[in-house]
Amino acid sequence: MAYSTNGEQVFTNCTVGGPVYVYVKDGRITRIEPLELDDDDAKSWVIEARGKKFSPPRKALLSPYTLTERAKIYAPNRLLYPLKRVDFDPKGNRNPQNRGKSRYERISWKETLDILCSEIQRIHTKYGPGVIASTASSHHTWGNIGYRHSTYFRFMGILGYTYCDHNPDSWEGWHWGAMHTWGFAWRLGVPEQYDLLEDALKNTEMIVFWSSDPESTSGIYSGQESTPRRFWLKDLGVKMVFIDPYYNFTATNFCDKWFAPRPGTDTALAAAIAYVWMTENLYDKEYIANRTHGFEKWRDYILGDDGGFPKTPEWAEKETGIPAREIKALAREWAKKKTMLAAGGLGGWGGACRTAYGTEWARMMVLLQAMQGLGKPGINIWSTTGGAPFNANFLFPGYAEGGISGDALNSAAGFQMIQRGVTMAPVTSAINNPGGQHMPRILVPECISEPPQEWRGKGFCGASTEFQFKKYKYPEDGFSECKMFWRYGGAYIGTMNNTNRWVKMYQSPNLEFVVNQSIWMEGEAQFADLILPACTNFERWDIGEWAHCSGYIPHNSYQTNHRIIIFEKKCIEPLGESKSDYDIFAMIADRLGFYDKFTEGGMTELDRVKRMYEVTDLPKHISWEDFEKKGYYVVPLPDDYKPTPALRWFAENRHRDTPDWGPVGGAVEGLPDREGNLTTQTGKIEFESESLKRFDPDDPERPLVPKYIPSWEGHHTKELYEKYPLQLISPHPRFSFHTMYDGKESWMNEIPEHRIKAKDGHYYWVIRINKEDAKKRGIKNRDIVKVFNERGAVLCAAQVTGRVPPGVVHSYESSAEYQPIGEPGESPDKGGCINLLTNHRFMSKNACGMAPNSCLVEIVKEGA
Amino acid sequence: MPKWGMIIDIPKCTGCYNCFTACKDEHWDNDYPPYSAAQPKHGQFWINIDTKERGSHPFIKVAHMPVLCVHCDNAPCIKAASDGALYKRPDGIVIIDPQKAVTQKKIVDACPYHVIFWNEEKKLPQKCTFCVHRLEQGKTPRCVQVCPSGALIFGDLDDPKSEVYRILTSGKTEVLNPELKTKPRVYYIGIPKHFIAGSVVYGDMDECAEGITVTLTERASGKAMNTTTNKYGEFEFDGLDAGKYVVQLKCAGYVAKTIDVQLKTDNYLGAIFLSR
Repeated sequence: MAYSTNGEQVFTNCTVGGPVYVYVKDGRITRIEPLELDDDDAKSWVIEARGKKFSPPRKALLSPYTLTERAKIYAPNRLLYPLKRVDFDPKGNRNPQNRGKSRYERISWKETLDILCSEIQRIHTKYGPGVIASTASSHHTWGNIGYRHSTYFRFMGILGYTYCDHNPDSWEGWHWGAMHTWGFAWRLGVPEQYDLLEDALKNTEMIVFWSSDPESTSGIYSGQESTPRRFWLKDLGVKMVFIDPYYNFTATNFCDKWFAPRPGTDTALAAAIAYVWMTENLYDKEYIANRTHGFEKWRDYILGDDGGFPKTPEWAEKETGIPAREIKALAREWAKKKTMLAAGGLGGWGGACRTAYGTEWARMMVLLQAMQGLGKPGINIWSTTGGAPFNANFLFPGYAEGGISGDALNSAAGFQMIQRGVTMAPVTSAINNPGGQHMPRILVPECISEPPQEWRGKGFCGASTEFQFKKYKYPEDGFSECKMFWRYGGAYIGTMNNTNRWVKMYQSPNLEFVVNQSIWMEGEAQFADLILPACTNFERWDIGEWAHCSGYIPHNSYQTNHRIIIFEKKCIEPLGESKSDYDIFAMIADRLGFYDKFTEGGMTELDRVKRMYEVTDLPKHISWEDFEKKGYYVVPLPDDYKPTPALRWFAENRHRDTPDWGPVGGAVEGLPDREGNLTTQTGKIEFESESLKRFDPDDPERPLVPKYIPSWEGHHTKELYEKYPLQLISPHPRFSFHTMYDGKESWMNEIPEHRIKAKDGHYYWVIRINKEDAKKRGIKNRDIVKVFNERGAVLCAAQVTGRVPPGVVHSYESSAEYQPIGEPGESPDKGGCINLLTNHRFMSKNACGMAPNSCLVEIVKEGA
Repeated sequence: MPKWGMIIDIPKCTGCYNCFTACKDEHWDNDYPPYSAAQPKHGQFWINIDTKERGSHPFIKVAHMPVLCVHCDNAPCIKAASDGALYKRPDGIVIIDPQKAVTQKKIVDACPYHVIFWNEEKKLPQKCTFCVHRLEQGKTPRCVQVCPSGALIFGDLDDPKSEVYRILTSGKTEVLNPELKTKPRVYYIGIPKHFIAGSVVYGDMDECAEGITVTLTERASGKAMNTTTNKYGEFEFDGLDAGKYVVQLKCAGYVAKTIDVQLKTDNYLGAIFLSR
């Protein structure tokens, strides 16, 4: 019988890698294809530059992992029923030491709710407020209703909980460093990117990709929408230089010259470039005089006039391993050409910002471009991912605007969505509140196992630069220590640092009760006492816009080629007894007596989607019936669209004309909103940071002007380096989004750049090692190797390559699988959590960010 | 009647594996009778990426080369099959009949390109069908649909208006293993060969030597080509066959330099210092 499409239904949905059509037959998803625009949809933009016209394809250019969604939905390790650890008895012996070892038994939802709700009541009565710790994994399934800022914050905000604040794990150096150079607190220290695509196509002659691999990391969420743009730039003859210890995937297509600095020495390279510009008069003196502050002090540091030594290319050669003559040639070409600096993949970010003292690298990135006239035509910080023509006047919120929570303290709900009436009962938590109790994610294991703890800055300090100076402690005065951990998702063994700490924390008797609400049995889920099975976004209703994060990443859909708002339809019933998070929370709220408050009088998830539709600008353009039928809407650009390139206003010292939503004016409250001001104290780019001067002018680890400071774990830590002579870098992955698309017996595991199948049938995580280093250790391509240091050991498959220099090994973070071959927390992991090996030390004393790319390891052939 | 074929533009392939992940999505757990039985989740690569790494740090080039059934007009697999288990359609597509081919493992072994896979559970050889079930609905193959850079170009090779025809007649394409005379319907642009490269340095100043004329001569043919060094003093001759070559560097005020190269695989000569 021939194949037939009869009886096939087509739904729309959206993922972290782009919008899709979902084909369903007989209640089962059969295919997931990219959304393609039709002639009725808004027309695409056209940019004219250098005698050519550029316009994007009218289909979604998806990430590779989105095309594995079906394997993920029907994964063998989907949690289909509530589970209880067999030797967990809430009325008797809890056996916390067996977490991660014991089996599970299936129980009913009724039994689950009985245990969960009686435990919540018991511990609150016994210990008091703040006793439940909770946090969600960095990235949840797509959609404004289901996302963690929305449903999860609504429920947890009503319940009351000690939130484990996320550190800005992709921003670190920009957040803790660059924010002191140019403000942008509301963007966590990274810049606006408006209309820089057109600016680059028209004016740019060279792009320096520094710690930037947009082909792998997609900016963020925007699939491969920017891939055609880089081919356009190449066709126009724009030269592309790559600075990265790994010859990354973007380099494979676009690299004209590769520099591979020794990890952690990028800042030395930056200093030497500045040295060449200063000594050869290759910088924009007028700009320095008028648009910046404190240049002389930094010049003295670079030239060695501050009592130190000059930061010459010859000195930098010794630090970085790059020949001095090539540093000089790069500096000269950069200064001669109109150059975009793609520092990180977002315009900001990048593995170099997640190293010891990564603050200094991010600060220097801004300062280098300031020396070249940042904001002038063709000269900016731009990573080729953002800044497509964008209609910012059409209101549709991003996920960080709080969805149904209306939580104005912990999301951007207060910006416009509460006023629009997305919820009639916005939630605030008395505990997840600056006056309440907190834990920093980096120190969760220490807070649980070894309280008290102290640190500075509560998570993402987007409200103002000063927020990152504020000191916190756990436990907070008058609050209970946390005795219950309600984990939502389970990524952290694969995404945080030195994560055997997490394994050991789970076995601590200080945690009386551990709940995990998750879709798959992986990572941390296997350490819970009780497991609540959630479903995917293909099994529930939602609404969202592609790549639109909002909050600290405002207007991020300027990374996509079209603004596409998607009605995320329930394509199939939830598998097994799994439920949507909203329905799980509604059931629990019912038991605990706040069902009406949580659901606002019984609203379903679909009711919430419709309410979200109603409070946006969608109804002005498309009826609910048409939106429901078509499944998406493309926001048109106005016919008279006028580009306003990012920071051109600053370079030209005029009032900001971009649609960015942060404050305009000096950072000091009450300072008038003057023309051309950044939100630094002086309103200018600060070589010498006035905010740091106010806070701690004598901090040698984050000095007033940025300096190269050798890593606390690198080639200068002699004793350690002799023992562990390989520097490990572990950037964000190419073939997963954090842990979401790894494991799960997906066909993603078949991609040899992601995992390699060994003779034992196991798919091992890949580590890349230089040919010479491999030869010295008797390692051949695809051999199974043990990667180890004092913190742990991981079994990986070796990829022997010339894409890393000798002395450097590369392995992506984000294994979903944690599979210790013996005692959990004490034995090698064959799952591939390379994060067991990275140091959890703060990047510097007062910059409480993580630095996974400062890590020393040794590698031996397994079984050798 | 169209004559289907594909052109693969290697420099445009970013190695994202969308073609592979989409092929799996199309075929895993989905039968498309009478053309194909479902592809198992693991162990089969109807389209795959062959990553070609040439050279090593600090000078390296990496190409991603999609590999799939090339739908030979003179297909060894058809000859190897019994009972008409394999056939060529009038539109050029080679199909393994998922019923007739059961137990015929010899079909797998017959393919010189190693793009036919054995399904142990079904005792069935399986491979790419150019998504013929989609072509019949007026759609493109899944791999082509999801390629973000246009590296996979599909169409009617006989249609003068088609893009594939235009590229094919430009003479830039080649096929894999032409010596096998299999007459593939999948063509490539930019199959990597070998390079000779180097970085020229003014030895007296330790500065990169830009704008130096470099001449490469092939010993056997005496054929010569020229290039000039870039800002970093680098030069590169790519697309070379193995053989004996001579590299000559000339710069006024410096001693001319001649380097003999026995090219077996890609050769980066490293820093070459010019002296006065």
